Amino acid sequence: MNILLETKEVSKYFGDFQALDAVSIQVPKHSIFGLLGPNGAGKTTLIRIINQITMPDTGSVLLDGEALQPHHVQYIGYLPEERGLYKSMKVGEQALYLAQLKGLSYSEAKKRLKYWFDKLEIGHWWDKKVEELSKGMAQKIQFVVTVLHQPKLLIFDEPFSGFDPINANLIKDEILQLRDEGATVIFSTHRMESVEELCDHIALIHESKKILDGKLNDIKRSYKTNSFEVGLLSENKDTLQQTIESKFKTSPADFKSLHDDLKLNISLGSEGTSNDLLGFLTSQAQVLHFKELIPNASDIFIQTIQNNKS
Amino acid sequence: MNHLPLIIKREYMAKVKNKSFILMTFLTPFIIIGLSLFIGYLSSINNDTVRSIYVLDDTGFVSETFKTTDYTIYNHLSEVDLETAKILSNQENAYGLLHIPKMPIETVSDFIKFYSEESPSLSFISSLESKIETKLSELKLQSEGVDLALIDASKMDVDINQESYEGVKTSKVGSLMKLGFGSIAGYLLFIFIIVYGNMIMRSVIEEKTSRIIEVIISSVKPIQLMLGKIIGTSLAGITQFTIWIVLGGVIALAASAIFGVELSQTPQQELVNQTLQNPESVDKFQLMINEFHMLPLGNLVIAFILFFICGYLLYSSLYAAIGAAVDNETDTQQFMLPVILPLILAIYVGVFTVIEDPHGTISTVFSFIPFTSPVVMLMRIPFGVPLWQQLVSLVILISTFMFTVWFAAKIYRVGILMYGKKPTYKELYKWLKY
Repeated sequence: MNILLETKEVSKYFGDFQALDAVSIQVPKHSIFGLLGPNGAGKTTLIRIINQITMPDTGSVLLDGEALQPHHVQYIGYLPEERGLYKSMKVGEQALYLAQLKGLSYSEAKKRLKYWFDKLEIGHWWDKKVEELSKGMAQKIQFVVTVLHQPKLLIFDEPFSGFDPINANLIKDEILQLRDEGATVIFSTHRMESVEELCDHIALIHESKKILDGKLNDIKRSYKTNSFEVGLLSENKDTLQQTIESKFKTSPADFKSLHDDLKLNISLGSEGTSNDLLGFLTSQAQVLHFKELIPNASDIFIQTIQNNKS
Repeated sequence: MNHLPLIIKREYMAKVKNKSFILMTFLTPFIIIGLSLFIGYLSSINNDTVRSIYVLDDTGFVSETFKTTDYTIYNHLSEVDLETAKILSNQENAYGLLHIPKMPIETVSDFIKFYSEESPSLSFISSLESKIETKLSELKLQSEGVDLALIDASKMDVDINQESYEGVKTSKVGSLMKLGFGSIAGYLLFIFIIVYGNMIMRSVIEEKTSRIIEVIISSVKPIQLMLGKIIGTSLAGITQFTIWIVLGGVIALAASAIFGVELSQTPQQELVNQTLQNPESVDKFQLMINEFHMLPLGNLVIAFILFFICGYLLYSSLYAAIGAAVDNETDTQQFMLPVILPLILAIYVGVFTVIEDPHGTISTVFSFIPFTSPVVMLMRIPFGVPLWQQLVSLVILISTFMFTVWFAAKIYRVGILMYGKKPTYKELYKWLKY
């Protein structure tokens, strides 16, 4: 696997408080990497270390195989959770200033800004002061400034907070497009729906430690319980339920259907395949609904953290 | 990557484009000059009031000392008794009635009275007293048979000519001039630190409250941002100061041409005028010009620039650190006192000690202590400070400055990312170790 960013055993103390405890992650190239964890787990500290805002006490960070150096900041675009703009500065001037700080020349920055402002249809904001913009409008500017210098690595910390659903979708599409064009994205959040939609890889940080990481699909597979959700149509539901319960572990299921059918979650445990189950069920009743139960990111998140507590 | 010029430019532009900054830059000279015109006008009104005084002199030989001037009219009463005189002066709306009862010169002084509607002004009463005192003692001398002309002739005027062992002539005027230079330099630094230090602090707080700080420091080192801020704000300050001086000069000239008021009547200028008006002291004026040429001008200018810059940077880095440590301006109070205190101490030492004894122990010691040295040393230098003292003081100042920048950068680095709580000194100490 081709790795763009790697942290090795990164630890960080703030006084007596340990913010990170030997955290190692590997972010593959051209992927969207979800950095997950509850509030206060250490996500932002790790991101700040990657951005060289704070230094790790021990451990190292490699970008493209090289130890982090000051000039690497121009390969990284960072949209922090606590974000804002100079209120009394004009939008255009400000975007130019921030782009130049990332190493772009004045003319190059201007050219690219024009492209992005046209693309997002915000060109007429150029001479407005930031204090005249709404919060959502300001966030669009921040997004543009973050991606403008075409960084190899994009880091978004809670990017969708404060966006209305339309703009959130717009930004989501832009992120996916940037990934397709070759960028690598680290995406920190505790909102699981967006993880499900966007992330290829995830790492879960809890109480300063990394407790889980890998490809989202692999993780889901390892968390699956070989359980199925079924809907069966039968004249005599009670007898049918007793028959099934005598052979398998079951629990009541809840999903929408047009019929008054028997809804069950059936767990096969380590033995048996879906075909075996299906064969048995078709011999007993008419099968209307059959679906494998896949844990979603939210379930995994909660389950892993609870397992770690005990 | 060196972004310092870019940051300086932004900070500078942000300051000078700010509406209230522009307004203050152009209004302040008008306000100051308008105020001084107003005060001048008020005091001229005050002088214009004409007081009319009734004098009832029963002795008959004191009253001749009261001669009517532009502002005080003396009406001499005679052949009336005290009650009539009181009624008369009250009817005529006079300022008051002075009564000298008929008594021997030796005892009359205790019985002189001033009657008035309202209590008279202190300065007026003392001027009356001194006039009567002079007259009475003259009368007494005469009665003892002393010739007054002889006394007048015996009055001597002493003006000690000063000269150093090397034969360099100096004068009191020279000392005043030195004092003037020193005080202007010291006060200028003081004002500059307070005004623009605060401006730096506010701009750091603004970056925190607008939440842009984390975006910026993902591109530049915090220390670069801090230095850029300090330098950019200082340049804006220098711009503002220059405009004030130029504009102030122009307005002052225009105003004095229109209103005919001497606006900048400093004690030194008054002395110059007096000296010029007195034809006998043209020599003295020449001496004063020599004196000016003999001021360590080169030393003064270089020392001014160095001590001004270092002193200003020392304090402004502390202001930046305070800005980084807090969330809003109201929380700055607890940290401001330790910064302001040494500044006030420096001005206090400068005004009360350097003037008395520019090379005394206290002045010398405070011109070495880094937080007071810029102000105190600037005040001392016109009186001639050995070069080694200036150099040692400067070295101490620069090393302290480097320490405070390091210290401020530490606080800054941690503080700018801390939101929502008011830090204590204990926490600041902890931040140094992060």
